[in-house]
Amino acid sequence: MSSVTAAPARRSEAHLGNGMPIYLDNQSSTRLDPRVLEAMLPYFTEQFGNPHSTSHAYGRIAAEAIEQARREVAALINADPRELVFTSGATEANNLAIKGAAHFARLYPQGGQPRDHIVTLTTEHKCVLESCLQLEREGFSVTYLPVESSGLVSLDGLAAALGERTLLVSVMVAHNEIGVIQPIAEIGALCRSKGVLFHSDAAQAVGKIALDVDRMQIDLMSISGHKVYGPKGIGVLYVRRRPRVRLLPLIDGGGQERGLRSGTLPTPLCVGIGRAAAIAAAEMTDEAARLRQLRDRLQTGLARRVPGLRLNGDAERRLPGSLNFCFPGIAATKLIEACPGIAVSTGSACTSASVEPSYVLRALGLSEADANSGIRIGLGRFTTSAEVDFAIDALAAAAGRLAAEAAVVGQGGCTHIRN
Amino acid sequence: MSKVARARRGVMARTETYLDWNATTPLRPEAAAAMSAMLARCGNPSSVHRWGRSARQAVEQAHSALGALLGAPAEGVVFVSGGTEANHLALLGSGRDRVLVSAVEHDSVLRAVPETERIPVDRDGVVVLDTLDRLLAGDLRPALVSVMLANNETGVVQPVAAIAAIARAHGALFHCDAVQAAGKIALDVDAIGADLVTLSAHKLGGPSGIGALVVTGDLELTPLLRGGGQEHGRRAGTENLAGIAGFAAAAATAAQETAVYDRVRALRDALEAEVAAIAPEAMVLGAAAPRLPNTAAIAMPGVAAETQVIALDLDGVMVSAGSACSSGKVGPSHVLEAMGVRPDLVGSTIRVSLGWDSSEADIAHFLRAWTTLYRRCRGSCAGARAA
Repeated sequence: MSSVTAAPARRSEAHLGNGMPIYLDNQSSTRLDPRVLEAMLPYFTEQFGNPHSTSHAYGRIAAEAIEQARREVAALINADPRELVFTSGATEANNLAIKGAAHFARLYPQGGQPRDHIVTLTTEHKCVLESCLQLEREGFSVTYLPVESSGLVSLDGLAAALGERTLLVSVMVAHNEIGVIQPIAEIGALCRSKGVLFHSDAAQAVGKIALDVDRMQIDLMSISGHKVYGPKGIGVLYVRRRPRVRLLPLIDGGGQERGLRSGTLPTPLCVGIGRAAAIAAAEMTDEAARLRQLRDRLQTGLARRVPGLRLNGDAERRLPGSLNFCFPGIAATKLIEACPGIAVSTGSACTSASVEPSYVLRALGLSEADANSGIRIGLGRFTTSAEVDFAIDALAAAAGRLAAEAAVVGQGGCTHIRN
Repeated sequence: MSKVARARRGVMARTETYLDWNATTPLRPEAAAAMSAMLARCGNPSSVHRWGRSARQAVEQAHSALGALLGAPAEGVVFVSGGTEANHLALLGSGRDRVLVSAVEHDSVLRAVPETERIPVDRDGVVVLDTLDRLLAGDLRPALVSVMLANNETGVVQPVAAIAAIARAHGALFHCDAVQAAGKIALDVDAIGADLVTLSAHKLGGPSGIGALVVTGDLELTPLLRGGGQEHGRRAGTENLAGIAGFAAAAATAAQETAVYDRVRALRDALEAEVAAIAPEAMVLGAAAPRLPNTAAIAMPGVAAETQVIALDLDGVMVSAGSACSSGKVGPSHVLEAMGVRPDLVGSTIRVSLGWDSSEADIAHFLRAWTTLYRRCRGSCAGARAA
């Protein structure tokens, strides 16, 4: 494996002088790590060969770079490199996992019992839910399980939802809006004991917390490059070989990626996600500790200054850098407007332009008003403590101003922060 | 000094000649510059904060730029992961009961839907228009016709305007895979007359991992990838910002520089003439049809294409034995078979494809290596034929 060079110096966004707000939205996308960019650059320019043109040197150099990247991503999740399929991102990986497994099972039913039932959570990412909706239109049945007010799945509820016809369970590792981490190993064990495939969208979790597809008994797992300081436009689907998981491809043609995903592989992007994985593997433990500290600093600092501030989602089982707060009685959009110096969001980027309250916060049992007051904050590799302090000041000051103006104070199901 | 010349020195000490431009092209400097700016900034184009809005603006600019370049509306440009995905989105997304494809289409078209009807080509590789007309007249279900603008293996250019007219007369949609043609010949979606056009960035000097399906009218498309509703609900997934910017920049440069292909055509023609002079039995396939200026499918009878490609590679000349995706596989080219090329010639045809940076020195290098191989094999070929 290639060695990992020293981490680039962290500089506060505020000191960059580029007039852009401090970036605290690392769930929606992360900044490309300069070390990743450096690894990618030669494959944009000098080593431009088509990795599938293995009859000549340029092609073979590109192909070998891709295999190296495959090994790096595999090592991060304890997989065999042959179990990885490069895709254009986590959305494609999720679509391929869910539709691919369903379509294969329909075309080649195993045993006497047709398996045409899928179980997922109401709080999954849109691309999982939309893939399931599409399968419902095709005649599959889907159970959308509610979550508890902590955002976590009830294992008993999940066990009860599994039947003889259940083909697949899809539950994400860590949540993109509220950051909660599901009991993945327990879900994996449950699925394995029932002979049900287990797919997990790990886009938010990979590289942030330790994942092991064997120990967690995950059969299919989706990974995104740009959520882990790698490039946009690349992702990976892990597809278990033993016991073998079979999929029908969504995209067929040249037969690349062992027939599971045709199309010329983008060498620089593959190299990028590989290097991003290698860096994460080497630095995850230290980085998680640092982010937890920053997260606690932000949480404590805000709680001290914003009366009634509430944390959404389980307080303990969450990603190191991820927070989601209700600022009682204050519309999130108003608060964001009042804090032009920081970039935070109301929830998932894909749906953040919509005026609907977050379906995820609603699923936790929050009232519409509370769901509308939810703010997601994502700290990342390049976040500094000065930026956190700036964010505390900006959010607390704006919240104070807006609360004074507001007539209605929100009620509802947020977890009170206990310091 | 050109990027490719630098690359040649970078890779190995000896001279290397890249003549596999139909497989992929080097990144144009304009694309690299556009991408550097995007790679350095964070932000998801769907986010509403300033980082997100700035990213969104870049995506919209690329939509407009690419649309303007092709004479298509900006909102008709759907960015996808590449030509293969675009072809799938076109064939699967248009939801037509019948899909008719030419027999020489790329595998990503041939394999996109479970059942297709094949439109034959003549011995020059050109779609037989009468048969297309008859096929469409014989079955009135809603249909989609998919014919490429230019073939990736032979460079043969199809009479797309005539195909579009036939399709329209029968109420069929027309999809055109313009992946190989884009950047090499002038491209205007109105002139093609297609409802859907596929493009790939890395064939015209942009990055790999990005392409587009261009929708020229109001056509409803069922998305292949579902989720966050990006690309006007036609293709979910966080936009590949740098790829999109690089694609738009490369396409703009390519459109300005199509004249360079006059020079490329002269080089290609000289190469073919020289091959004919050295080896009277060698054949250029598709030569009687209109072709791209950069592609030569050359058969050296009696010598397996794989043998030729390996021998040329050892001499530092990089060509391929067909399309890149299937060049790792064994098996005859479906393109040449559809043209009715003799089986022994099918198995002995290599693809030589030039690009904007190709030089006389490249052609000379190829000819030296090719001639050496030809002279070495001539005895065994003659023997094989006699036996």
